[in-house]
Amino acid sequence: MVENIDTSLIDWSRAQFALTAMYHWLFVPLTLGLGVIQAIMESIYYKTGDPFWKDTAKFWMKIFGINFAIGIATGLIMEFQFGTNWSNYSWFVGDIFGAPLAIEGILAFFMEATFIAIMFFGWNKVSKRFHLTATWLTIIGATLSALWILIANAWMQFPAGMQFNPDTVRNEMNDFWAVALSPVAINKFFHTVVSSWIVGSAFVVGISAWFLLKKRESRFALGSIKIAATFGLIATLLTAWTGDGSAYQVAQKQPMKLAAMEGLYEGGNGVGLVAVGILNPAKQAYNDGVNPFLFNIQLPKMLSLFAERDLNGYVPGIINLIDGGYTKNDGTVAISAEEKIKRGQIAIKALADYKRAKKDKDEVAAQQYRTTLEANFEYFGYGYVRDKADLIPPLGLTFYSFRVMVLLGGFFILLFALAVFMERKKKMEKAVWLQWVLLCSIPLAYIASQAGWIVAEVGRQPWAIQDILPVSASVSKLSVGSVQATFFLFLILFTVLLVAEIGIMIKAIKKGPEFEKQSN
Amino acid sequence: MDSTYILLQQYWWFIISLLGALLVFLLFVQGGQSLLFTVGKTELQQKMMLNSTGRKWEFTFTTLVTFGGAFFASFPLFYSTSFGGAYWVWMALLFCFVIQAVSYEYQSKKGNLLGKKTYQIFLIINGVLAPILLGTAVGTFFNGAEFSVNKENLMEIGMPVISSWDNPWHGLEAVLVIWNVCLGLAVFFLARIQALLYFINNINDEEVDKRSRKQLIPETALFLVFFLAFLIHTLVQDGFAVNPETKEVFMQPYKYFMNLIEMPAVLVVLLVGVVSVLFGIIKTILPGNWKKGIWFSGVGTVLTVLALFLCVGWNNTAYYPSVTNLQSSLTIENSCSSLFTLKTMSYVSILVPFVLWYIYHAWKALDIRKIDKKEMEEEGQHTY
Repeated sequence: MVENIDTSLIDWSRAQFALTAMYHWLFVPLTLGLGVIQAIMESIYYKTGDPFWKDTAKFWMKIFGINFAIGIATGLIMEFQFGTNWSNYSWFVGDIFGAPLAIEGILAFFMEATFIAIMFFGWNKVSKRFHLTATWLTIIGATLSALWILIANAWMQFPAGMQFNPDTVRNEMNDFWAVALSPVAINKFFHTVVSSWIVGSAFVVGISAWFLLKKRESRFALGSIKIAATFGLIATLLTAWTGDGSAYQVAQKQPMKLAAMEGLYEGGNGVGLVAVGILNPAKQAYNDGVNPFLFNIQLPKMLSLFAERDLNGYVPGIINLIDGGYTKNDGTVAISAEEKIKRGQIAIKALADYKRAKKDKDEVAAQQYRTTLEANFEYFGYGYVRDKADLIPPLGLTFYSFRVMVLLGGFFILLFALAVFMERKKKMEKAVWLQWVLLCSIPLAYIASQAGWIVAEVGRQPWAIQDILPVSASVSKLSVGSVQATFFLFLILFTVLLVAEIGIMIKAIKKGPEFEKQSN
Repeated sequence: MDSTYILLQQYWWFIISLLGALLVFLLFVQGGQSLLFTVGKTELQQKMMLNSTGRKWEFTFTTLVTFGGAFFASFPLFYSTSFGGAYWVWMALLFCFVIQAVSYEYQSKKGNLLGKKTYQIFLIINGVLAPILLGTAVGTFFNGAEFSVNKENLMEIGMPVISSWDNPWHGLEAVLVIWNVCLGLAVFFLARIQALLYFINNINDEEVDKRSRKQLIPETALFLVFFLAFLIHTLVQDGFAVNPETKEVFMQPYKYFMNLIEMPAVLVVLLVGVVSVLFGIIKTILPGNWKKGIWFSGVGTVLTVLALFLCVGWNNTAYYPSVTNLQSSLTIENSCSSLFTLKTMSYVSILVPFVLWYIYHAWKALDIRKIDKKEMEEEGQHTY
């Protein structure tokens, strides 16, 4: 009897990973953003000797500590889930993917773990200079850990620096720098880290605005706003810049994701960018002829400009990517999804034949099969795809998440610019309306950040590794019940801990910073 | 096979073994948690204990993550086979660590939803279960697990999974093997011994000191019972050997004993480690006020665990044997990464001494002032 992977196992495994990743990403951006802000504040204390800045930094460090602990907890689960729930993936690409994870542990986690202890417990035990160094090294360690895991993630979106070895039946790294310095990795790192700074800034500015609303600790609140709003403005501008780079990389490396982000079915030259739009729920299949939009407003030619750096550049849509036939940038004609699936199956069969020939010690036949495998390996992952329609990622989630992310990104540019302006003009303290807006904007920063990851991860489905391995071939052989059980256990545990974290934060914020008498 | 490749495989097994050994040493944090209400009789004493071993919890956590990451990078087939197969053991372990990660920071904070006691219970759960589960899981390295590996499954389009577990218990069956549990309990009592020695060294409190010294005796007795039972059984049992020519895995009488004989350096490391652990404990128990037991016991623990890991991986031994499908057993040769990856990772590993150097200095800077009641009662200081 031919055994098949249970599709609900794939979905539950995906759901569990998504759950863990989304919870993890509630805490990481605040760590990355707040970490820099508190380090700037402590640097001012070091330079000026004003204890006000020490106490201000200590208050934000208290919040940082509450957030940091749960970030570590959820991060641990993520690392091990590659093995527990995606075991086939772990073997197939562990030779490449494992390396950044190990480097992350050796070079970044230990730096973080070592110096965070000094940062929290070392105020009266080490010198001012040593303490400041420890604070900076904590956030540098956290950022370096982001670097390595993002290199690993970028590699999944754009597999580079590797070669398939039919003898070991896995992909093997042959160029470390191609993995570590791929344009997708560099862009992803900067875009993710600087966008995390937005979350940290929005948090500090929002909480400080609450103090102003309550007419408490105004020097602390205004001082915090001054630093965080300026930092946030710089971060939003950098995020917009790296976001453009990110979109360009998606267009070049993952055109199907770009098409899903734009709801673009029919591609062409000089394609417009959908500024706002509502997808048509009546559209059931990519080729049913139904208009994909109920309503949309486009910015003419802008998608071509962003995707190809050319107002009249060609951008393929979903139909073009499925049917093929268009001319790619390298001058070749794109093949259809059906052809890719066929060639993927040829590659998988050639691998099986190669292994058999090797077993039979028939080197001539083995070499022939190997040649066939190598000629078709580019499409290896397609061999596991049952239906070409499965190659289209969930459109609604990708499309709307992208718009939410971009619109909120624009909103934060304006908000931080306004906050900087009002603070400089000494009008912040009286602008109650702005204080409310700043406070209410905290969740928006989290929504934008989560939406960005939804675009990146949902938009690349069905691939675990682009074109090489779909999620259906990556999953561990477990019972659906086991994964369901751990999914709900994680859901309950993380939710309880999140509620506890928020409760502790609210109490700590309400208590406010503790100032020495001379500092406030 | 390329001799550099063979050397790198051995080298990476050494790194994994060292990380595993450091992890077992750092489980003194868990040991401290499990003793929270045994040694700490007042709230202040408990707070000192939490702030003594507790301030090192991130090192244990980080070492666990690095141990996992390094295993993934150097022996990915183990990562995919064991984690994907012994699902429930690893998941239970992860749950234990998740509840620990938040408990130190949250337990004394207002608005923590579950109350101080709940977080302290979380710490005790982690303190008891984490060493036992970890030790039990490592016990399967010596006693085997029930799995099959077939890389050719990748060519089965409908079911391309190469590693599968051969029973529905997904790792829970490991607790039915008494020798696995013996190792788990030995690790547990060792973690408690280390914690007691650490309290003696790190807390300036007469009562905690006195109670820790008293508690050392029963903990040591129980540790010795389980550790010696495991060790003697391991040395006399049939082991999972690999034919270096054919790569066939077969059962060899006294394999692990023979490994120590054939690798005298490993035997010396094991003996020095065991003696060092016992010296650290016994000298602390003896009358006097000796506080340096943790140094000897700590170094001894690292050496002992290192030797056991080397014994199960080196010298043509299957380090993760399958009892249901012997030829699916994992060896450092059939489960390791490519030459290129091991070489690249080796360059990174050169930085490990630098990492250990700054950890040592940062740790020393924090521990130079011992934990005392005064520090716990100081206003405005960050404490657990």
